[in-house]
Order: sequence, then C-alpha cells, then structure tokens
Amino acid sequence: MTAPWLPDEAPQIYAITHNRDVVSIRQTIRVLAQRCRLSLVDQTKMITAASELARNTLVYGGGGAVKAGLVEKDGRRGIAALFEDSGPGIADVNLAMTDGWTSGSGLGLGLSGARRLVDEFDLVTEVGVGTTVTVIKWAR
Amino acid sequence: MTDVGGSHVAEQGTAVELVGLLSVEGRDVAGEWVKQVAGTLKGRVSVAELSRELGELHEALVQALGQGAADVHDEQMSEVRALLTELSRNRARQGFSPTETAVGVFALKQVLEPVLQDGTSEEIRAFGRLSRVLDGLGLFTIETYTQTREELISAQAEQLMELSTPVVRLWDGVIAVPLVGTLDSARTQVVMEKLLQALVETGSEQAIIDITGVPAVDTQVAQHLLKTIVAARLMGAECTVSGIRPQIAQTIVALGIEFDGIVTKASLADALKLALRKSGVEMVARKAGQL
Repeated sequence: MTAPWLPDEAPQIYAITHNRDVVSIRQTIRVLAQRCRLSLVDQTKMITAASELARNTLVYGGGGAVKAGLVEKDGRRGIAALFEDSGPGIADVNLAMTDGWTSGSGLGLGLSGARRLVDEFDLVTEVGVGTTVTVIKWAR
Repeated sequence: MTDVGGSHVAEQGTAVELVGLLSVEGRDVAGEWVKQVAGTLKGRVSVAELSRELGELHEALVQALGQGAADVHDEQMSEVRALLTELSRNRARQGFSPTETAVGVFALKQVLEPVLQDGTSEEIRAFGRLSRVLDGLGLFTIETYTQTREELISAQAEQLMELSTPVVRLWDGVIAVPLVGTLDSARTQVVMEKLLQALVETGSEQAIIDITGVPAVDTQVAQHLLKTIVAARLMGAECTVSGIRPQIAQTIVALGIEFDGIVTKASLADALKLALRKSGVEMVARKAGQL
C-alpha cells in the first residue's frame, strides 16, 4: 500500500530508537490528527495505534523509523503513518495478529488492536529482513 | 638523537611564537578580547565579570602554551579546561545560546587577526597553529555547554516524575492517585510504589486511580494499571479506576483490553461515592431547615 501523500506537503520521518521517541511520535501524530480535523475519538484511536506500532518497532524490531503525514484520496483527508524496522521480521503473521498472543511480555493486543483502531492497515514482513506496517485513519 | 633534539628546539620555538601572539608588548590583548565579547553579549554579562573570566583564561592560556601545549586535551591545558568548563556551565545555566557561549573563545581569533595583515611569515604561521588550538577550545566549550544542558533536562525530568504522582487521602480509608501525562515504565513504577506505600501508611482499603489526565491508554499503560491493581489487591485493598473519558473507553474496546473484575467509573466523584459506600460511610442529603 503506497499512501497517497498530499502533494504539497512531504511526510516527515522520525527515528524510533528510544522509549522517549514513542512519546514524541504520539505528540506528532496528535498534531497531525488535529490538523486534518479528526474527531476526538478518532484522534485518540490513531494516537493509540501509533503508540502500539512505535513500541513494536522499538521492542520487537530493534528500533526503526516512522514516516508520517497527511494523505488525500477521493477528496477525503486522512493521516498516514508508515512504521519501518529492519529487525527479525514476523515468521507467522496470522499468529502475530491473534488477540492475546505475544512473543514478549505484553498483553498481546498491540498489533491486532492497532488494526481495529485504524481504517486501513497493511503489514509487510520478511524473516531476517524487517517489517513495515502502514496505517491510515480518514477524517469523517 | 639530533633529530629529537631538533624537534624539541622547534617545539620550543613554536611555544614562544604562540605566546608572543597572545602577549604583545604595548597591547592589551585580554582587554580587547573582553571588548569584543562584550559587544556580542549586549551587556548581559557585566564587563567586570568578563574581564575576570577572560583575564584568567588569557593568563592560563599563555602559561599552557608556554609549556608547549598544542591541543585542548593536552595535560598542560588542564587549567584552561577547568576555566572553560566553569564559563560554559555558567552560560548554560543563565540561558545563553551555544553561539553566545562559544564566541567567548572565538572572539580571541578576531582580536589577533591584524597579525595576518602586518605580521611576519612566522607570526602568520603561528596564528594558524593558535587558530587550531582555539578551534579545539571552542568545541570543548560547546561540548561542556551541551553536557550541562542535558544534565539540567534530566534533572527536570526526574523532578517532573516526582511532581506528577501525588497520592492524596480523600477520606478515612480512601486514597486516590490522579495520574497526569504519559505513563511509561519508570513512572508507573513510581506510582505503584507510592500507592502501595500509602495503602500501608494510611491503613486504607480503598484506592482510586484517576486517569482523567492521561491522554491515551495503550496496551502498555493498561498492563501497568492492571499490575498495580493486582498488587494492591494482594495487600487487601480494592482499586477503582476512574476518569475514563468516552474516547478512551472506545479506544480500549477497539484494542480489546479487558478490565475484567476491575471496577471502573466515569468520574472521580462516582468512584469516591462507591468507595465510601464500600467502606460503610452513609451519605445523607440534609432536608431544608435542618441543621
């Protein structure tokens, strides 16, 4: 899934290498979500999804980066975030997307929950190469 | 052997030339330096203070160069480094910019620049070498400045962590923790410890965790909350989570987090009412006219 970025505004790239980066990404997403006039509920959903995915990038992907910005399709605006790591990849995507399953010590809801929080969700992974997760939330 | 002796002599010569640049007869290099720096700082540091700082620095630098120092990290430079550290620490604390701090060193180059016009070729070469030494000193200043700022920031972060997690007593046997801001592992640890400690100290059996001030509840925050509640339960206390706003409720549902067996309330007032009832306090509205 290639996000249809707004032509006059390039998406920004933010590194995810530390816990505090997760916090600043939440704030970045909040600002973007407010700019494309998401409702308060949708803002919170997008921020929470970004928080989950950023933490996954950090904890399971060994750090990476996120590309975030505004997108437009069919006259609708939205916010997109593309999380990228070059970690171990996910061997069994179906298992990873199962509620309650975790290879770490979390609740096992981050990835599957994030998918439910956004409008579009795309996961590309290859063992030994890395994982890319793209999410989009459209303004209503 | 003659080679070594020769280079020693050359070094000696260099030292003399460098010192010569800094202490010209009939010229107050330190004074001109002060004037130059004072101009860029626009009176935010008094001239008297600058004269003291730069005077000491000038003296130390002349001494270090006289002893053959050629780099900021040389042993002979220790006095200069100490002075520069003090200077940049002060500037960082007083809110000066890195440029305004480093200019204190680089201004000396400007003062000595006329040498390039009317100096001998030896003097010009010496200026080149001194210029390299001063670049090193300037970078050292910025490094120290950044270090100081980072220390300030981490100290503030620690203070913030302490500040934002008060445990308040609402009633006999009822305590509350109003959580504000982002919950990460370190902060949750502080909250958990404070809550459990307060349960013991106040002999409370009811605890309310209010998350009105938490902007987003993701799985990590939820997991930390659940752990805290289980720990409180092990100590015989009951926990209520309050301040769950509509957008947070919907997000929690979409994420699939289950708060099974945990009492949650929309507002702190509701949670307090519940806690009072559970601890056997009856609240009765007084009729008009009654005392």
